[in-house]
Amino acid sequence: MKRARLPLGLSAVGLYLFLYAPLAMVIVFSFNAARHGVAWQGFTTDWYRRLLSDELALSAAKNTLLLGGFSTAIATVLGTLLAFGLSRSGLPGQRWALRLLQLPVFIPDIVFAAAMLLFYSLARQWLGLFELGMSTMVMAHVTFQIPFVTIVVRARLAGLDPSLEEAARDLGANPWQAFRCVTLPLILPGVLAAAMLAFTLSLDDFVVSFFTSGPGSTTLPILIYSSVKRGVTPEINALATLIVLASLAATLSVVLLQRRRRA
Amino acid sequence: MLRSVRGSSNLPGSVIAPLACPTNTRRPPLRLALLATAPALLWLALFFVGPMLLILGTSFLSRGDVGELTRPLTLENYRRLVGFGVFGFESLYPLIILRSLALGALTAILCLLAGLPLAFFIAGLPPRWKGAALTLVVIPFWTNLLIRTYAWQILLSPDGWITRIAVALGTVESGAALYPGTGAVLVAMVCDYLPFMVLPLYASVEKLDWTLAEAAADLGARAGQVFRHALLPQIRPGIAAGVILVFLPATGQFVIPDLLGGARTVLLGNAVQQQFGPGLDWPFGAAIAALGLATVLAGVWLYGRVTGGREEVGVV
Repeated sequence: MKRARLPLGLSAVGLYLFLYAPLAMVIVFSFNAARHGVAWQGFTTDWYRRLLSDELALSAAKNTLLLGGFSTAIATVLGTLLAFGLSRSGLPGQRWALRLLQLPVFIPDIVFAAAMLLFYSLARQWLGLFELGMSTMVMAHVTFQIPFVTIVVRARLAGLDPSLEEAARDLGANPWQAFRCVTLPLILPGVLAAAMLAFTLSLDDFVVSFFTSGPGSTTLPILIYSSVKRGVTPEINALATLIVLASLAATLSVVLLQRRRRA
Repeated sequence: MLRSVRGSSNLPGSVIAPLACPTNTRRPPLRLALLATAPALLWLALFFVGPMLLILGTSFLSRGDVGELTRPLTLENYRRLVGFGVFGFESLYPLIILRSLALGALTAILCLLAGLPLAFFIAGLPPRWKGAALTLVVIPFWTNLLIRTYAWQILLSPDGWITRIAVALGTVESGAALYPGTGAVLVAMVCDYLPFMVLPLYASVEKLDWTLAEAAADLGARAGQVFRHALLPQIRPGIAAGVILVFLPATGQFVIPDLLGGARTVLLGNAVQQQFGPGLDWPFGAAIAALGLATVLAGVWLYGRVTGGREEVGVV
């Protein structure tokens, strides 16, 4: 395969360009002075300045961070505990639990979103619970975040030497103390990476938020969607650039956290 | 980030523990393990399994006059989905199903064609570059899909340079736009799902036994024959896993056809959205969603068979 190096390299470069073309486009055009069209008319940071004085965008940003923060906190605790529990071999129903964890990852957003909408409105009808708004969005986000958190933390737990926890037990720690003082500190980088990933998922989500949001709980992706439906504006490019940069920062920190544990 | 998750379901704990200590030391004690799994499993039962069962149940109900859910229990929604209309055969929904499946399959094939060279390229890199090259493939996946999708609206617009090149090459008539349309949907789909294909492909390309290829070449096989007979059989599990990982989410996509497809490219995802939104026929929407759910269940089962249950989701 030595001779195939050059064509392989060229096609790889082309494919990387293809993968990054949309992101590059959004970032470049957020600095384009042209209000309409795709011609380059000079560099400007005006769109960012306008964004900062846009009440709608600011409140959507606040909602997005609240949603991401709350859902990530809940999902990280629940997902980490689940991973810890599943690390015991021979648990009854373990294989079923692992299967169940795969489903939310594979299910199309729109199917999950429609199911949540149905669930919330029936619950509202019968029990008077779950008025659509921030709380229903948080619950929906936690649901799709848990499997990802569990998968990442499980990987970290798998690389852990069980004799450490056993040593703690031998020295008189009860199971909870052994978890809190020995296992948890050791898997902490994995837990942080999982939390970052969960936050990124929440930040990226549009479909589930769109279906489970109520009046006044518009998030940035929902704002972008409704603007794009009316036609892309440079302000939206500026907003999108900021979101993309936030995701990039989160993803890179996940990569670094994961790498450190291998070193 | 990627490789770490692979093959992790075989916990070393269960292998090492009996050697280290002959008594029962499978961490943690059963009671604590059950207690730890309970909150998340209850959460998923309430907010995931529950809603999915509601979708299934609703798909057998009827729509009332103002869009409310009523009895009688009926199979009417499913009959409509496969083409039984009020006035005989109605092709709208069977066509949407076929279009979704076809677009999903086409996306999977294109991703495979693009993913193979990329997987071979990355596997051929010096070890210290491999991690970075794979991470570069995955990073766009973790950015907002909505943003990456609307970017194609601009990239493929009539006065964008991609369209101009296509016109210059004669692939597109001048004045015709690449967006909106099925082509634009396909481009964005491939761009979005390529990482899903590259990861499993890379995993099997990296394990390739190249001595077989050398033996084939020594015996006089041409490059194409070497690939087909010595390499392809070895990476078949990776191909199968990648195709499933791409096909499943692609058939259920909603955002990409919604923003890039125009009125002619309605897919299953859009149909669900229409029924749960403006159409207000929840039972029928639930039937479409149930079809998607069934496809995913079949896919996950198949994926488990293909990967032998050794791999968890390989995207994180």
